[in-house]
Amino acid sequence: MSLDKEKIKHVAKLARISVNDAKVDSLTKDLNSIFKFIEQLNELDTNKVEPLTSILNQSLRSRKDEINDGKIREKVLKNSPKDSDEFFVVPKVVE
Amino acid sequence: MSDIINQSLNQIIKRVKTKEISSTDLTKAYIKNIEGAKKLNTFVTTTFDQALDKAKQFDNKPNFDQLLPGIPLAVKDLFCTENVKTTAGSNILNNFVPSYESTVTKNLWDNGSFLLGKLNCDEFAMGSSNETSYFGNVINPVGDQLVPGGSSGGSSSALAADLTPATIGTDTGGSIRQPASFTGTVGLKPTYGLCSRWGIVAFASSLDQAGPMTKDITDCAIMLEAMSGFDEKDSTSINKKKENYSKNLKDNIKGLKIGIPKEYRVDNMPKEIDELWEKGKKILKDLGAELIDISLPHTKYALPTYYIVAPAEASSNLARYDGVRYGYRSKQGKDLIEMYEKTRSEGFGDEVKRRILIGTYVLSSGYYDAYYLKAQKVRQLIKKDFDDSFKKIDGILTPSTPSSAFKIGEKTNDPVSMYLNDIFTVPVNLAGLPALSMPAGADKQGYPLGLQLIGKALDEQKILNIGYAFEKNCGFKNEIKKWWS
Repeated sequence: MSLDKEKIKHVAKLARISVNDAKVDSLTKDLNSIFKFIEQLNELDTNKVEPLTSILNQSLRSRKDEINDGKIREKVLKNSPKDSDEFFVVPKVVE
Repeated sequence: MSDIINQSLNQIIKRVKTKEISSTDLTKAYIKNIEGAKKLNTFVTTTFDQALDKAKQFDNKPNFDQLLPGIPLAVKDLFCTENVKTTAGSNILNNFVPSYESTVTKNLWDNGSFLLGKLNCDEFAMGSSNETSYFGNVINPVGDQLVPGGSSGGSSSALAADLTPATIGTDTGGSIRQPASFTGTVGLKPTYGLCSRWGIVAFASSLDQAGPMTKDITDCAIMLEAMSGFDEKDSTSINKKKENYSKNLKDNIKGLKIGIPKEYRVDNMPKEIDELWEKGKKILKDLGAELIDISLPHTKYALPTYYIVAPAEASSNLARYDGVRYGYRSKQGKDLIEMYEKTRSEGFGDEVKRRILIGTYVLSSGYYDAYYLKAQKVRQLIKKDFDDSFKKIDGILTPSTPSSAFKIGEKTNDPVSMYLNDIFTVPVNLAGLPALSMPAGADKQGYPLGLQLIGKALDEQKILNIGYAFEKNCGFKNEIKKWWS
């Protein structure tokens, strides 16, 4: 299959990345060549194969449900591009 | 002094222990070398003052029983370091200062070493030439027009140029082994789960592993021993006893069975790579190993599988970069959604955007079964190939890369040709196995070439031993002329 420009724009929207028309053109070319390469997989019959979801022979550990961290608000906010008092600040969402 | 820092880590450790050199003088010697090597563009951040303080502390109260006594180390800028900027080679993190330390780097510091600086890498470790970094491409000390490999290109270049006695990288599809091969150094990707992923900027979580990059196999064993170990904070960390890889290093490989997979002889492979492989086989055979022809029939499907699995995981992992809690935020965008879109558009480079879009697409409604599920099934087949083979062999020998280091700009216009660089390294990540690349020779231009040893899960000691025996009998010395200062 091939990816057209509309599809690329839609996927970019899903990924929350703005793309201009020139970018859409170059992405269409690059992604189509990558997908052509990826689609070699269609040569293989995998109907009877179980998908591999973990390469470890162990199941994920669970930890005790207890508080082991906290009171680090300053640290959490330290890298924020914009904050006020104890909040992250973002552009206005509700009119 | 300079005759000390062009030696390998284990020799430097000896000289620190015998007090031939103090930690402070050693650190000063590296700082001088680093300052004279700006052309290579290996460092994103240096921490010289902090390093000199630590060196002084060590000299005042030395503890020579540690694995890395008073040793300054630079690390890939993908490891979070407390109060030291960590960029992952990206604009979107170019002002990020972690308030915590990655487990792997903490393990290194707990063994007596300290940070010299943070090394350039491909953006979010996505690349095979270190040309996708926001901080510019790194140059290979082997030649001024050559890429150092990627994504751990700053690491491989700094190591080969004597700017750090050893280093660490991360390997998702070959990012330790390919740059090691391009610079004539040793690089090891451990078994998935051996080294903690906690505090490492995530790329593809089911494939990412941190590992050592060093001048020789002994150094590699020391570094692996120092950095590995169980970590509660990584849910996929393997809980097992710590091994003494350096103490248990042996060069007797008599009777070991080495698999030679026929699928790794690919079309258009340069004759020199084939000759190198033959040379490697002969050395191991002469040392008493038994060579066994094996087949890994799904090898050619590893890269296409990787380019579904890795971007899918990346698109999910990189969703967190939204300009709200940390990192870069665009000044444009009148509402929240537009702010996200502009931030991510300005913050990510082209290769990262390509992979996020591939990942978003293969996971999107209506395409999941055709791509992601299909890839997970093929991944099963690739793993089974290895499982079947390892019933009758101890290790696998292959070339590390299909070519020596290429020129800067040579492959940037064609993503697929760039991806093909990882053709021999990617299958190992998909199967979660350990593999190392070791220098084995040079091509006719004098550029180094590496051979890869693949082991069973958690069989690092065995591949280190095979590498150790190989290294002693290979007769190749990586000669790098210092042209950059």
